[in-house]
Amino acid sequence: MTSDTVRAAPRATPGTVPDPPPRSLRQRLGDLPVAIMFVLPATIGFAVFYLWPALRGAYLSLTKFNVLTPPTFIGLENYERLFGDRLFWNALKVTAEYVVLNIVTQTVAAMLLAVLMYRLTKSMVVRGVVLLPYLVANVVVALVWYWMLDFQIGVVNNMIEWLGLDRVAFFGSDWAIPTIAGINTWRHTGYTALLIFAGLQMIPPSVYEAASIDGASEWKTFWRVTLPLLRPVMALVMVLSVIGSFQVFDTIAVTTAGGPINATRVIYFYIYDMAFNRFNFGYAAALSSVLFVLLAGIAYLQLRLSRAGESDLRGS
Amino acid sequence: MKRSLAVAGAAVLLLTGCGTSGSSEPAAAGGAATIDYWLWDVGQQPQYQACADAFHKANPQYTVKITQYGWDDYWNTLTTAFVSGTAPDVFTGHLSRYPEFAAQGQLMPLDDFVAKDKVDLSIYQDGLADLWVTKDGKRYGLPKDFDTVAVIYNTEKLKEAGIKPEEMAELSWNPQDGGTYEKVIAHLTVDKNGKRGDEPGFDKTKVATYGIGSNGSGAGFGQTEWSMYTMSNGWQYGDQNPWPTKFNYADPKFKETIKWFTGLIDKGYMPSLDIVNSGVGMIDAYGAGKYAMVTEGSWNTKTFFSLKDVKSAIAPTPIGPTGKRASLLNGLADNITAGTDNPEASWAWVKFLASPACQEEIVAKEATVFPAIKTATVKAEKAFAEAGIDVKPFTIHVDEKTTHLAPIAEHWADITATMTETMDSIFSFKSDVNALDQANATVNGLFG
Repeated sequence: MTSDTVRAAPRATPGTVPDPPPRSLRQRLGDLPVAIMFVLPATIGFAVFYLWPALRGAYLSLTKFNVLTPPTFIGLENYERLFGDRLFWNALKVTAEYVVLNIVTQTVAAMLLAVLMYRLTKSMVVRGVVLLPYLVANVVVALVWYWMLDFQIGVVNNMIEWLGLDRVAFFGSDWAIPTIAGINTWRHTGYTALLIFAGLQMIPPSVYEAASIDGASEWKTFWRVTLPLLRPVMALVMVLSVIGSFQVFDTIAVTTAGGPINATRVIYFYIYDMAFNRFNFGYAAALSSVLFVLLAGIAYLQLRLSRAGESDLRGS
Repeated sequence: MKRSLAVAGAAVLLLTGCGTSGSSEPAAAGGAATIDYWLWDVGQQPQYQACADAFHKANPQYTVKITQYGWDDYWNTLTTAFVSGTAPDVFTGHLSRYPEFAAQGQLMPLDDFVAKDKVDLSIYQDGLADLWVTKDGKRYGLPKDFDTVAVIYNTEKLKEAGIKPEEMAELSWNPQDGGTYEKVIAHLTVDKNGKRGDEPGFDKTKVATYGIGSNGSGAGFGQTEWSMYTMSNGWQYGDQNPWPTKFNYADPKFKETIKWFTGLIDKGYMPSLDIVNSGVGMIDAYGAGKYAMVTEGSWNTKTFFSLKDVKSAIAPTPIGPTGKRASLLNGLADNITAGTDNPEASWAWVKFLASPACQEEIVAKEATVFPAIKTATVKAEKAFAEAGIDVKPFTIHVDEKTTHLAPIAEHWADITATMTETMDSIFSFKSDVNALDQANATVNGLFG
């Protein structure tokens, strides 16, 4: 696009010279200086806060580093250690369990909520209320739930007992991951629902009219019309929420701190523990690098599989 | 472009401005200086602020600026402050953290100062000053307080069970049948139907009040969880202390103690690890009447006695197979950072914190902790008594010489990681005590 406009500019004043004149610097650069001006602030932020730390992290992953003394280069030793580290594989397994539980419940609940809102109300108040849990800080949410789910004095367990059932150790080894997944589902459902809701509003009503003229049932309309047309939005929602879900940390730091045993030692908490409690910053950097590659791969796969770049609406 | 450069320049200035504000200003005319001092316990800030005021009065050229961070933030902030050169001049140190900092050259040894000013180290409770000397013989701190462990119990529950307070002071324990100590715990346990733990028909799956509370598996330290049992059974953490080269977690004495202790969970007298992990904290559960008694460190005394719904009293930890009681003796001290601008001022402040002027005249009267100085301890006991708390069961260990120095070792964070996993696993009955063999080998491998 830019190169076309650059060439178009001299042609706009035809007739003076038969041959195109040697182009000035300004002409050759075209919109570039202006474009750079616009992109620069974001680029500086990206370079300083993302690119440089990422590069440094990659370098540190090849070193033995405890922060207080300078790093010493040890090649791929950290990565070799990583493949033999039982706790690393456990962390991946636990994280995967969490992500699956969290994403499935969160997406289904958000979809339900979004469709309900779309069909029943466009009220701003309702939309605001739905978003409320997301506005509360992660740590506060975790603390409040930790209190409510307390085995001995929590309100939830008191209700369970009142119903005549046995108390549940919500943060015990069997329940801890489902509980934490549930807490974060509670917090993020509203936010995800709003994203999906925005997607629903983009679907032209004419498609629904056509479906109803053809006699499609509600159920069929949802599966055959709504879901396929939501695909680009859903792709975005899934990429964002899966990456966010992998990065679970605060809830665990506040409640179980990785326990009982290693039941909730998710990858982020393991990295944190390695770095800030055990001063193995080099090894923690190696863990982070592996997580980075893993997340990039998952995001790429998701985008490819869901053909996020295209929309089925274009033809209509 | 020029403008944005200027803005960037201003930003850099701002950043460096922030950077230096953390550390003290270099000594101005007349040696005046501000000493930056960090601590984590918000409950102790008032008494040390009072010490700081008294210090400023005695040394008008020095001003102390106190900053408080919560326990977790404290260590992260301190680590990053060391890296960025914004660390405080003086900070409250912890035995589990200072060996690492000292090994990295971040702390200033105090030996020259101590020798020059002829500081009398015999005024402190025995052994406390030794905790702050590293393996290479350098001293990094002067003791400011100490703590021991005792039993805190709910007086109402004790009365309901028909147990007299005098009995609580004479309990004994052994790893075979638990002795009179376990009998009391069993009798204090009550299920939903009102049956006590030692009565037929007791339902251990539906316990309303546990005889003894739990704070978790205790990892490799077990200070308030199991150390008073293992050590009264004749067990020691390592081959020597401080600075062991071998740990004894695979010792039969340790194993039989842990086996007996986890047996309390199986019998329904103590909550399982799952329950403990699903609880906000031992103090809250105790405050709600879910635990009849707990084993706790002296630093939490005030917290227990300020609980609204329960009345408490203190009893000493039980006498073990060695015929003696046991308690770990642990304590805090203040460390000076190696990068301080004002070693002299920092030392003056540390010396003041460790002196009777601060500990005896100010800290002891607050009745929150036991000051490290022997004479100040007596004053603190009195202050506690005036507040209606008999703390003798904590200090009895000092009088009867049944204290054991807390283990000071290198690689403590790594030891904790291994032992947390193993002890959690034993406490949740996923493995038996023989898992300690492997754990002990891993721990000792760190010292290879």
